[in-house]
Amino acid sequence: MSDEMDMEEGGVVKKFMFVNRKAPYGTIYALEGLEVVLISAAFEQDVSLAFVDDGVYELVKGQDTKELGQKNFSPTYRALEGYDIEKLYVEKESLDARGLTEDDLLVDVQVMTAAEMAAAMAEQDVVISF
Amino acid sequence: MLHIVNKSPLQCSSLESCLRLATKGSAVLLIEDAIYGATKGSRIEAVIQGAMAHVKVYALSADLQARGMANRVLDGVTVVDYGGFVDLVAEHSNCQSWL
Repeated sequence: MSDEMDMEEGGVVKKFMFVNRKAPYGTIYALEGLEVVLISAAFEQDVSLAFVDDGVYELVKGQDTKELGQKNFSPTYRALEGYDIEKLYVEKESLDARGLTEDDLLVDVQVMTAAEMAAAMAEQDVVISF
Repeated sequence: MLHIVNKSPLQCSSLESCLRLATKGSAVLLIEDAIYGATKGSRIEAVIQGAMAHVKVYALSADLQARGMANRVLDGVTVVDYGGFVDLVAEHSNCQSWL
């Protein structure tokens, strides 16, 4: 594992993956997960986000929370690029099960098969689930 | 009976249990993450379609819109706003929440 770490200004860079498996708004998990991802950006780690199961719903275009009266946090996913968080992985099987395609998503992502997602997960130093 | 379901049917069995145990002529209102059950193309669409033969299915507008699902609602599902939610509760003699 040590060969995967860069020593830069004394800091250790680890591979962090945040796994998102919950739909937005119904629970606080999606929003809290996003907050933690933004915090992690400050520590200059190798961060990726995985969207699996209902987590893919977090990225659906056209979210409008006016009537619900909660903050629409979906535009934040598009801002992640500005924090050098560009690895957004979406499991194809999860999209298929929900009748969604990449075109329904509000941000550029890498769609992966379950096998590819499994491999991406397996190579992480730290996996944090929401 | 008005049945109210608030969990995603793709992640929780409460909607399927509700539909299994709801008697003919009941109303089922989908709110919060349960609105995904009212959308086209999901793997549980057939379950909802089948249930609509004997129960009336409603979905809450605010929750559909918040989740970007307002334009993907299944034919036969009636979309209601908060006022409609109140009307449904008032119209039915009893209600059951599937938490």
